[in-house]
Amino acid sequence: MNCIVCMTHVPDTASIIKIGPDGKHIDESGIKWIVSPYDEYALEAALQLVEAQGGEVTVVCYGPARAEAGLRECLARGAHKAVHVVGGEETLGDSMAIAKVLAAAVKDREYDVVLCGVKGVGTDNSQVPQMLAELLDLPHVTNVTKLDVAEGTFTAEREVEGGVEVVESPLPAVVAATKGLNEPRYASLKGIMAAKRKPVEKVEVSALGLDEAALAGAEATYSVRALELPPAKEAGKVIQGEDDPKAAAAELARLLRDEAKVI
Amino acid sequence: MAGILVFIEQRDGSIRKGSLQALSEAKRQAAAKGWPVAAVLPGSGISGEAAGLGAYGASKVYVADDANLALYSGEGYAEVVAKAAGQFEPDAIFFSATAMGRDLAPRVAARLGVGALADVTGLDLDGDQFVARRPVYSGKAFAVVDTAGKKPQVISLRPNVFALEQGEGTAEVVNLDGLSLSIRALVKEFVEKGGGEIDVAEAEIIVSGGRGMKGPENFAMLKELADLLGAAVGASRAAVDAGWIDHSHQVGQTGKVVSPTLYIAVGISGAIQHLAGMGSSKVIVAINKDPDAPIFKVADYGIVGDLFEVVPALIEEVKKIKAA
Repeated sequence: MNCIVCMTHVPDTASIIKIGPDGKHIDESGIKWIVSPYDEYALEAALQLVEAQGGEVTVVCYGPARAEAGLRECLARGAHKAVHVVGGEETLGDSMAIAKVLAAAVKDREYDVVLCGVKGVGTDNSQVPQMLAELLDLPHVTNVTKLDVAEGTFTAEREVEGGVEVVESPLPAVVAATKGLNEPRYASLKGIMAAKRKPVEKVEVSALGLDEAALAGAEATYSVRALELPPAKEAGKVIQGEDDPKAAAAELARLLRDEAKVI
Repeated sequence: MAGILVFIEQRDGSIRKGSLQALSEAKRQAAAKGWPVAAVLPGSGISGEAAGLGAYGASKVYVADDANLALYSGEGYAEVVAKAAGQFEPDAIFFSATAMGRDLAPRVAARLGVGALADVTGLDLDGDQFVARRPVYSGKAFAVVDTAGKKPQVISLRPNVFALEQGEGTAEVVNLDGLSLSIRALVKEFVEKGGGEIDVAEAEIIVSGGRGMKGPENFAMLKELADLLGAAVGASRAAVDAGWIDHSHQVGQTGKVVSPTLYIAVGISGAIQHLAGMGSSKVIVAINKDPDAPIFKVADYGIVGDLFEVVPALIEEVKKIKAA
């Protein structure tokens, strides 16, 4: 059971987002970068699969130089190999461009399953796994909260509105993990030390037979015209409810009915 | 031929509201340009539903009625939408950004060799090209985006953001024949969870609980309020991680990002990840004993007080309103 995990390196979810000088990107000063939280579920699932069935976990990331830290984190948690396709600044948010790069990076490797997080926190597209599956001509299942892998096949539960879909599929396939699939492990000290000795394979986009300038230019499928902060909210009405909670509740109900007209 | 094709989602033959909202928006956008609007409806035993989509703006409905399409599959449904797109040759394909729509739209886009704009909350035309507004960083920012000139523009529209408009009319029904369905990942069954309660992703009103709820047993109080309001029960990450409620209820950056009409946050302090996930709600109510809690900064209405006193009182007030 060889697993490929696609990882993306994103701003910490606690980051305060500011707009950068070009008005199209975030201001990266002071941002702490992390492995996208959903990718942690994908990695954990892969580690559990190879622990049970043997094989190797290879983590692939398409990202700038700083993303190597994310790959080291994955190695420290137990991944066997790391592949760093260097680039991605100009194609940020272009799911199709990213899927093309990942497909090229993955296609000649040995794998039974490609695991991804259901979305990269930040660009929030939730599109790369499905596009990658289409480009690799594989089946896909997203939003996976339960995964049982047998010989050449798997059953997954996929979270949808009001319930789950139970999906059966042959392998290889692309599986996109979401919260609930597992509890990601932390890196052990031993793992962190071992990770320092593991190589990170560096791959140029051009070595994959792709032209990043074209992916970000003539072949681009996503263009950001502007990045904006949400409009600032006016201060709301605060009712003191410590002394007389019943009166406060009555006033709130009245405001919701008569002023906001939402109940 | 320019035009907009809209994917119609159904479950057990019943058409989902989000798809009708997307179809209504397609009709509004197309009206200004005189573009035709068509719909595509895969499923099994669903032909009877097709003509009625005319009332929401479709002049033509491509139907794929096949036992193999009774339950969703990314590959099978992508084949149907791509086939309809091949016949209708739209400039844009709309989906509702539901679990199904967000799963399917990128697969269709990749099959057609184009990109996709996910979960958009605003849509404008610049010439003949759609420009979308979509939340990024879970709503901490908004991006104004387009598909860099690539067509068809595949776009998923966030549910409950675009108004549903029902008019009159009957659509012409076109059966899609000669489908070569290659379905590997197959949904075997849909298992309902939570006894049919409303999902936070679809709800117009959400009553959410956080760490201040102190334990799983106290969510019964929120459920009672939610039931009175026809609302879904949501939760903060703290409540989910404590094991008080299933993660499918989680609202926030690593849960669901929601935009209901009314969001009532009970005992939620308002971590930045939570605020990102619900900040675009139309009206926000906070009930919290800490007057300095960040949730009050985004709240339209707030009560500073003990939620265990305020919520039961609010339940009684809502009962009075509903009885009136």
